Amino acid sequence: MKQLKIQKILFYGLLLVMTLIYIGPFLFSLSISLNAEQDVFSWPIKLIPEKWTLGNYQRVWQDLPFGQWLFNSVFITLIQTVTNVFFASLAGFAFARLEFPGKKILFAILLGSLMIPGIILLVPKFIILNEFYLINTYAGLTLPGLVTVVNIFLMKQFFETIPKDLEEAALIDGCSYFRIFWQIFLPVSKPALAAVAIYTFQGSWNEFMWPVIVTTTREMFTLPVGMAFLKNEFSVQWPLLMAGTILISLPTLAIFLFFQKYFVQGVASAGLKE
Amino acid sequence: MANVELKKLKKVYGKDVLAIKEADVFIEDKEFVVLVGPSGCGKSTLLRMIAGLEEISGGDLYIDDARVNDVSPKDRDIAMVFQNYALYPHMTVFENMAFGLKLRKYPKAEITQRVEEAAKVLGLTPYLDRRPKEMSGGQRQRVAIGRALVRQPKVFLFDEPLSNLDAKLRVQMRIEIKRLHKQLQATMIYVTHDQIEAMTMGDKIVVLKDGIVQQVDSPMNLFNNPANKFVAGFIGSPSMNFLQGEIEKTEELEFVSGTVRFGIPNELNLHDKLSPYIGQPVTFGFRPEYLYDKAKEKSKQLSVDMDIIIDVTEPVGSEAYNYFHFKGQEDLTFCFRSDSAYDYQSNETITVGLDVARLRFFDVETENRIA
Repeated sequence: MKQLKIQKILFYGLLLVMTLIYIGPFLFSLSISLNAEQDVFSWPIKLIPEKWTLGNYQRVWQDLPFGQWLFNSVFITLIQTVTNVFFASLAGFAFARLEFPGKKILFAILLGSLMIPGIILLVPKFIILNEFYLINTYAGLTLPGLVTVVNIFLMKQFFETIPKDLEEAALIDGCSYFRIFWQIFLPVSKPALAAVAIYTFQGSWNEFMWPVIVTTTREMFTLPVGMAFLKNEFSVQWPLLMAGTILISLPTLAIFLFFQKYFVQGVASAGLKE
Repeated sequence: MANVELKKLKKVYGKDVLAIKEADVFIEDKEFVVLVGPSGCGKSTLLRMIAGLEEISGGDLYIDDARVNDVSPKDRDIAMVFQNYALYPHMTVFENMAFGLKLRKYPKAEITQRVEEAAKVLGLTPYLDRRPKEMSGGQRQRVAIGRALVRQPKVFLFDEPLSNLDAKLRVQMRIEIKRLHKQLQATMIYVTHDQIEAMTMGDKIVVLKDGIVQQVDSPMNLFNNPANKFVAGFIGSPSMNFLQGEIEKTEELEFVSGTVRFGIPNELNLHDKLSPYIGQPVTFGFRPEYLYDKAKEKSKQLSVDMDIIIDVTEPVGSEAYNYFHFKGQEDLTFCFRSDSAYDYQSNETITVGLDVARLRFFDVETENRIA
């Protein structure tokens, strides 16, 4: 009994340390963003600022084209989330449920493409888009992320767990394959769809590498790129940068809190069904 | 409603896995036909071919005299009830039942009327707003039947619809489906592996084994006049006893197997059929029901006395299944059915006789019935 208690204390202690490691930087950022002083790295570090202000947040909106960057980020993220959910489920359905020549080879090629590090593809992607005069455009920002292989794979795995009887009952009821997908499979796949939507939203919202390469003017920046440009060669405006960073992280935080149930369920149910 | 005709229907998976070998079955209008057989015999495949869910590799399928080999499931005017119910989990009972009609663009009023009627017949009226997961297995199966019912199709197909239900509910639903058949006067094709279900429900039974139709007949004909050893053993519970022996000719024909020996009376008209087998091995079959304790049964014409020793008895209520061996033949066990009131004990020796009108003989090689 005593041993169990010690184990429990150790377990909670470990959890607390891990939580601090993960949440610490965020709390530190929050502290800096609220600090009225510019010299935020004075020793000893104070987690609760002596003089605090919301002015940094105000300045982010006033001094920077934050509104424009926010629009860009929201626009791209929403488009990519919607298209990923739609195309990944459509392709996942085809791979899971339809018989067509070359299905296995096609899927193997798709999965194989996951083995290629994304960084290698940056240059070819840039060259292709450049040929189509899409550099520094919304199309250039969104097109490469309209659908991802990981999401197709996730949806395929989920659709494979739906009993075949359901599809056959719908066929006899008079459904076409698209209607089976749209009216039967999609509504029963909410956890998987939510998982795809959340992953995509997070990935797209935080994406840095592609936007930094494909945008050339300030007004086309997304939020992460815009924030990064606050760090220049000679100085870094830490309170401003941290205020922006906190603002950027709010939507993902809200979405995670709101959809936490689906998020966990989606991860857990990739191979399970009710 | 319609008749269904299978003409040399064949199903081959891949290059050479034969699932159905030239099935010839004619199902009349308004008939209740049961496809029965052990697991993997092809009964579900045959049903799915009729439904259009499996491609037909050879032969012809006719529904209402129209060849439908290449017609899609939705255009065959059939409805199917699945083993796992296959209800749409995100729809209410009403929506589940109305879905097929909506797709066929029926007017709203008619859809409501048909669903409400079916719900009334099946006792589902209070549950129309519920989702499948809020219902019990029996209720779900009723919804699945309701979904088929509202369509008023030419043919109803049932794929082992009761196998997920408990024993009591199964009996209840069996009666309900039979009642529905009577009420609707519809053509119904029903798949099961349970021969009791087949016997109690079917007007006609199709017995399958290894993709081959063994016999198509009425339940009682299958029971009394099985075409071969497989059908004889499959239909009836407990199943028929088999004993291999020889036909000998003395004054009359006799069956001999070790210590078991009995005469086959001339008046049974079996002699013509059995004569070619004199001196040849045959399989003798007798049902547990047609063996009688000579001390108790006086009215029937029974064979000569045979002494048996009871090994185990299994009382199942009003009757008992007694497992025994013939005296002097310990290695072969058979079953005989008796009134449980007789209360036989293990190792008890009793004298029995066979109902000579019920003797069945099978060819050892082809397993076809000789007589």
